[in-house]
Amino acid sequence: MLLLQVDIALIIEKLIIISVILMGSLGIAMYATWGERKVAAIMQDRLGPNRAGPMGLLQPLADGLKLFFKEEIIPDRSTRFIFILGPCLAMLTALMTSAVVPWGPDYIAPSGRTITFQVADINIGILFVFGVVSLGVYGVMLGGWASNNKFSLLSSIRAASQAISYELAMGISLIALIMMSGSLSLRDIVAQQHGFWDGNWFSWYVFKQPVGFIIFLTCAFAELNRAPFDLPECESELNMGYHQEYSSMKLGFYLFAEYINLFISSAIIVTLYFGGYNFPFMDQVATATGPLLFSIICILVLISKAVGMVLFFMFVRWTLPRFRYDQLMKLGWKGLIPLALANMLVTGMLVLWVFKS
Amino acid sequence: MNLYDTLFWFFSAVAVGCALGVILSRNPVNSVLFLVGTFLAISGHYFIMNAQFLAIVNIVVYTGAIMVLFLFVIMLMNLNADVEPQKGQLIQVAGVISGGVLFLVLIAAIHKASPMPIDKQSIDIGLINNLGKVLFKEYVLPFEISSVLFLSAMIGAVVIGKKEPALPAEGEAQ
Repeated sequence: MLLLQVDIALIIEKLIIISVILMGSLGIAMYATWGERKVAAIMQDRLGPNRAGPMGLLQPLADGLKLFFKEEIIPDRSTRFIFILGPCLAMLTALMTSAVVPWGPDYIAPSGRTITFQVADINIGILFVFGVVSLGVYGVMLGGWASNNKFSLLSSIRAASQAISYELAMGISLIALIMMSGSLSLRDIVAQQHGFWDGNWFSWYVFKQPVGFIIFLTCAFAELNRAPFDLPECESELNMGYHQEYSSMKLGFYLFAEYINLFISSAIIVTLYFGGYNFPFMDQVATATGPLLFSIICILVLISKAVGMVLFFMFVRWTLPRFRYDQLMKLGWKGLIPLALANMLVTGMLVLWVFKS
Repeated sequence: MNLYDTLFWFFSAVAVGCALGVILSRNPVNSVLFLVGTFLAISGHYFIMNAQFLAIVNIVVYTGAIMVLFLFVIMLMNLNADVEPQKGQLIQVAGVISGGVLFLVLIAAIHKASPMPIDKQSIDIGLINNLGKVLFKEYVLPFEISSVLFLSAMIGAVVIGKKEPALPAEGEAQ
């Protein structure tokens, strides 16, 4: 029996890590909805949610409760199974990406056991993220199609073509990063960005790959369907977009999956370009504190960086107006892809001739 | 039965079941979804053979891009079971015969083939480092030729998709 050979402690450890990450992502996504409304309110000189709890802090709970108790309507002419499958897929793919993010450095327990704060260290971590992201569009597409509504269908078709167009530029900008790192594992990429200054230059990839970072960030906006690229749900043209026929918690799943995606992709952007859990003077901090405290500090650093990234996404949403659809496609195909290709070429030449190791 | 065998039979059953679903379901959108399931099961096969790169690229390219485009086209054409055009009798018979012949050839080929167990020594062959070295050292010429093939396909697509130059209207020359 092979099952008996499996390390039970490892399974328990991974189960705990998975549940903590899931609960944490859900919690942060929940408060991201509150944060979004507060940010919008502050930027528009309003108060924002302030009735439920102090500073409206209980607002996400109230919203969730409301969605749960709303009547569930499945349209008469819809394809029932696919209609239900849509939000499930959206939620599933949103949560799956968190599996490869390294949340903190290894912690060696007093018993000699090494605990990694990562669900799975697969040696193709970036590609895994990419694969899951490319599956993410199915939730929107199937939901929009199964609703049997013209606006939903238009919206899901927009979402699909937007996602495919921007995946290309995203992939090419990642290739430039991979050429510098020489590894596809997110764990290795974070380890290479140790500290902040490696003696000659900043160690974070945002300083080594500035163009790639800007391309990646732009594509992330498009993949997340966030303003200024939120064409699939642009209310002035499509009423509500792909989730128009959805009600109750199925609508909640779609909206919620969006915020989970927002947090997880912020964590991945931070991991790839802003050093993950690394921070300046981390070696001094590591010697000054115990290993457990240090691990906790690192995890908090990663989370605060990711939250900063989420705030940036929100500021952009409430600052820039929405693109037109042809402008979006033009930017993706004629702007970002050639730029990403040029960036890849230049990076390749630099890696080959200048930074030979 | 160890874990490997269990997973192998599981993925095989899923792949064959989904492949049957592709051809048996009346609704084209369901067919596409079954095909997605088939691809995921095949990726699972790649995973248990330790070819992680191949598995993920299979998902990214086939499931994430090509099948999305399929779905896209099917949704735009709004195909339904009741409006699907029925083929003539002759074409159906011809299809059955040619498909059966192909099936016979496949059965014959598989019947003659000797089973090749996975070489446990070279279990790392599917990892990306080794795959890259093999592709760019031993098989660099076929690799480059196939990329030229892709380029020609891309150029063909662009040429087909290009707008026709507007024909001069009749009688405009006078």
